[in-house]
Amino acid sequence: MRHDHIISAKQLSRADIEEVLDRAADIAADPSAYADRHAETLLGLLFFEPSTRTKMSFTAAIKRLGGDVVDMGPVEYSSVKKGESLADTARVVEGYADALVLRHPSEGSAKMASEFVDVPLLNAGDGAGQHPTQTLLDLYTIRENAGLDDLNIGIMGDLKYGRTVHSLAHALTNFDAHQHFISPESLRLPRSVRYDLHEEGATIREHTDLDDVLDSLDVLYVTRIQEERFADQSEYRKVAGEYQIDAETLESAREDLTVMHPLPRVDEIDHDIDDTDHAKYFDQAHNGVPVRMALLDLVLGGDQ
Amino acid sequence: MTDDQSLRVSKIENGTVIDHITGGQALNVLAILGIDGTDGEPISIVMNIPSDRLGRKDIVKVEGRELSEEEVDVLSLIAPAATINIIRAYDVVEKHRVTSPDAVSGVLECPNHNCITTENEPVESHFEVLEDGVRCTYCDTIIREDLAAHILAT
Ligand SMILES: [Zn+2]
Repeated sequence: MRHDHIISAKQLSRADIEEVLDRAADIAADPSAYADRHAETLLGLLFFEPSTRTKMSFTAAIKRLGGDVVDMGPVEYSSVKKGESLADTARVVEGYADALVLRHPSEGSAKMASEFVDVPLLNAGDGAGQHPTQTLLDLYTIRENAGLDDLNIGIMGDLKYGRTVHSLAHALTNFDAHQHFISPESLRLPRSVRYDLHEEGATIREHTDLDDVLDSLDVLYVTRIQEERFADQSEYRKVAGEYQIDAETLESAREDLTVMHPLPRVDEIDHDIDDTDHAKYFDQAHNGVPVRMALLDLVLGGDQ
Repeated sequence: MTDDQSLRVSKIENGTVIDHITGGQALNVLAILGIDGTDGEPISIVMNIPSDRLGRKDIVKVEGRELSEEEVDVLSLIAPAATINIIRAYDVVEKHRVTSPDAVSGVLECPNHNCITTENEPVESHFEVLEDGVRCTYCDTIIREDLAAHILAT
């Protein structure tokens, strides 16, 4: 793979994606073969907003490659609190680590920070923007369960603010995927994302009702509709209720439907789905480790 | 000097005349070019005069300064029909239309308040120019309408 930084799923070609997923599959099949691959390697963690899960997943990934982390820690205790710019923080910390992982509340922060450093920088989420490692683990999970070509996927919930959705939708344009977007009118895909998908020649359809497409889907990717997106609580409850699924909802679905969710969930997927063969969201979360190991291995020069 | 046009703005000896500016955009043109008169150069502005092609148009004349193509192409964002005349010794020595650049840096402010370019970071705004608008390279926000409203205050 020929990228110094991993900023957005948009930068990844089909060949890049397949290289990461193949490497991840290889790692998952025989993790011990990679156990000392990156001994002595230090991964710098710059988390400007809390995301314990993503941080743990990256930490597990580098440690399973034989390396370790240096962690900026919470923002409250760092120089950022004193008003240091992100550009400066990145330039200082790159001297402590062989690669950086950045999570930051502002859109475009990872791209900007990458312009100031020479070590590989991985975007672990920039505001409502991109979250490419989440996308790669989503793609890995889809490939393992349904395959990435000739795919019918439904993506449901908060499509306006959900960055995992935007990132995934972009990445799927590399494959022969029919994408169905299911959301209330007020939370449909933003214009910029629709523009890009059309530019890429993607096949997309927008729906307000899951029943319109459920029986044709190979994968249903559910995201959470957040209360803070609504001015009043009763409106939220009404809308959110329409986009919750349970075992009964899935009666009309195909038997081999894969249900995914970036987690954490609240009540958009009922627990009665957890024990069915549809439920793949915990596998999906676990896949974050081999996928991040694969990505780190590739950007750190695993082939050398 | 009986010609009606000449009465409005006299000819300049050396400098740049930007003609066929979309009516009402002359001040935005100056703002984009970062010309505010504080350097002491004579600047003439005519606004909203009749034009066959545009209905009404503005003209800006900047004396003593030859604007490069690179500098003026950014004007295509708000004045796509603008023509640039370089004047030396009262003669037009160069004349060309503005052409749309691939990208513009440090000219527009990203309307996304959560975009890193709006924060206190050592980075200039950067927009890719699309067929019908511009897109922030950092956060992907697209501006289609009223680009002039997003001109960075300098
Ligand atoms: Zn922006």
